[in-house]
Amino acid sequence: MTAGSGWISDALREHEDHDHAERPEAPNGRTELPVSEREQLVLDRIDRQRRRRPRVREERITMSHGAGGKATQTLIEAVFLDAFRNPLLEPLEDAASLSVAGARLALTTDSYVVSPLFFPGGNIGDLAVNGTVNDLSVSGATPLYLTAGFILEEGFPVADLQRVVASMQAAASAAGVSIVTGDTKVVQRGKADGCYINTAGIGVLSGDSALGVAFAQPGDAIIVSGPIGDHGITIMLARGELDIEADVVSDTAPLNGLIAALLAAVPGVRAMRDATRGGVATILNEIAKAADLGVLVTEDAIPVRAEVRGASELLGIDPMYVACEGRLVVVVPGDSADEAVRVMRGHPLGAEAAVIGEVVAEQPGIVRLKTAFGGTRIVDMLVGDPLPRIC
Amino acid sequence: MRFVDEFRDADKAHALAAKITALCEPGRQYKFMEVCGGHTHTIYKHGLEDYLPEAINLVHGPGCPVCVIPMGRVDDAMALASDPNVIMTSFGDMMRVPGSQGSFFDAKAAGTDIRMVYSPLDSLKIARQNPERQVVFMAIGFETTAPSTAMTMLRAKAEGLKNFSIFCNHVTIIPAMKAILDSPDLRLDGFIGPGHVSTVIGCRPFEFVARDYGKPVVVAGFEPLDILQSIYMLMVQLSEGRSEVENQYSRVVPWDGNVVALKAIAQTMELRPYFEWRGLGFISHSALRVREEYAEMDAERLFSVPGVRVADPKACQCGEVLKGVLKPWECKVFGTACTPETPIGTCMVSPEGACAAYYNYGRMNRHRVAETTSAAAGSASAGSAPAGSAGRS
Repeated sequence: MTAGSGWISDALREHEDHDHAERPEAPNGRTELPVSEREQLVLDRIDRQRRRRPRVREERITMSHGAGGKATQTLIEAVFLDAFRNPLLEPLEDAASLSVAGARLALTTDSYVVSPLFFPGGNIGDLAVNGTVNDLSVSGATPLYLTAGFILEEGFPVADLQRVVASMQAAASAAGVSIVTGDTKVVQRGKADGCYINTAGIGVLSGDSALGVAFAQPGDAIIVSGPIGDHGITIMLARGELDIEADVVSDTAPLNGLIAALLAAVPGVRAMRDATRGGVATILNEIAKAADLGVLVTEDAIPVRAEVRGASELLGIDPMYVACEGRLVVVVPGDSADEAVRVMRGHPLGAEAAVIGEVVAEQPGIVRLKTAFGGTRIVDMLVGDPLPRIC
Repeated sequence: MRFVDEFRDADKAHALAAKITALCEPGRQYKFMEVCGGHTHTIYKHGLEDYLPEAINLVHGPGCPVCVIPMGRVDDAMALASDPNVIMTSFGDMMRVPGSQGSFFDAKAAGTDIRMVYSPLDSLKIARQNPERQVVFMAIGFETTAPSTAMTMLRAKAEGLKNFSIFCNHVTIIPAMKAILDSPDLRLDGFIGPGHVSTVIGCRPFEFVARDYGKPVVVAGFEPLDILQSIYMLMVQLSEGRSEVENQYSRVVPWDGNVVALKAIAQTMELRPYFEWRGLGFISHSALRVREEYAEMDAERLFSVPGVRVADPKACQCGEVLKGVLKPWECKVFGTACTPETPIGTCMVSPEGACAAYYNYGRMNRHRVAETTSAAAGSASAGSAPAGSAGRS
């Protein structure tokens, strides 16, 4: 019996078709080229492979497709973008920018399936409002109105629903938005897990500044608004499966105030993202890919709380991939970096803002990390799903 | 952070790197194998190779528990899991290992009851909660994880639990190291010994390497400075013409190992006459199986598993990578047909696998990067300077 059947042979055939001719190879499998030259040829080949149009190989949806990493991106590009393709969707930013009767609007939607529903620092309700407010805000819009859709499981306590809804209203008030329409569905016991929420939001774009990770330039600075990974670690510990206790709470928060202050003070902001699933590492990869430039970050400069670092060390996960729900990643021209950090630190949600790296011309498409130890490594897109149902 | 930062100190690393460089004989190349996948992971994750002189090559060894599981065993596990009476439980890094019909993750998506656990004790909990079903733990790993499997079996026996069993794939490191030493493909100068395995088996079992093969072994810890110091200790031995077993990881590894753990293993498991290792083939007395006295906890006895040997896809060169003969990027399918998201070989699956470590962390041409960013000064002094403008502000 051999394993030549099914997906493996498909993968191999695909690879043969494209790459057979390109591979430097002598009959014994080695060539006379120096090692670094041979290695570079292989790396170039991989680079071409990675730029190819993504294809979903799996026959069924796996948890990885929801993790916000590489599989999610492949699914979005190969299934959704492929079917819905239009110029507004194509940039795949956090919100679509559109013009309606002369007004420039931003539109976004997000669904929330976090488990547990209640966790230190918040619950699914404020998460659902803040997440959508943030997706609008990072596109440069002022968030105005939200919708709320509920999918409830038979048997879900009404008292819990009331707590969730009260948090949603409090979060909406804090962010200065109104929830103006909604929908309710109930499914049989066992067909859902308590409560799922979808929110959509609309905001207005002022001025004519275009924001997008594709606008990053060599020399730009990359800033995060505070310590990373708080939300993901909080959720992981709140599930109680790990018997680890740490004094850490979710960072869920509306970023529109911080962003408004930043945009008012620093005119040249190129792009903003809120680091949710897939963490800061995923945002950095999106910058490198969209701008076709390299990203170089310094591990020592990335703010991570000791509790989050400790839990990550114990669990063997990298805080760079752990979700945040109230953290902003900003790309600004290098000479505006100090001013941007100063302005962000003046806002309570940006008090620990820091420059973590820069956009560089070398190694386009690749994110490199200067480790605290003094070495260099790659920070790739997240593969697999270390932590499902984080938001 | 205490117990972490002091082992990642860039200044100490520079000092050690300078001492290592000073010990290199001009014109000589050094090849050290880090046996354990945990070391491979550390080396790439912290960019440790940046510190090493070009004369020193690190060769990645077979000590990655997931990597050495042959495809046939994955298929056997899949057959077990497909029994509707079975709840299969597995560590997370096993979930993505491809069998000939896909991985645990694929089977889970298709409806098979496979659950990820952090410890075999979690499987025991699931067994208590599901008395009507048989809960099978996919036991993998070297001597590092075998004691926790053994202790779980002892606990299950003490509780009189009737629906818990293990599918035993535990392997032992010494026969694999011997197979590599006997292989003509590779000429090594020494070994960075597996620290976690050694917490259980101690340092004595490595003495034959130093005595019979004349190769130094330094049992090493898993922080980057541990590994750098171990390389330094190996270089000192070579420069003094010694070949001995030394213990760099003495803060954790007792010279004689952990007798309690070894006893628990011996009580529940025994050596198999032979076991197939992915890429290395059949190695005699290299794996463990459940003892007759614990037959009711042996999934291989409780269920009929196909036990068919499944050949790896021809293009997959995991074997050569596991033996250290090929560098990950030298494999024909590396990074194209075989990637972390669609792995063909096991070395691309586990974070401890050499291919995954290289693909995720090391996939850049250091020489090219050095050329373009060498403004920061020579390799031995550039490390502590912040890269570009990205300093702490």
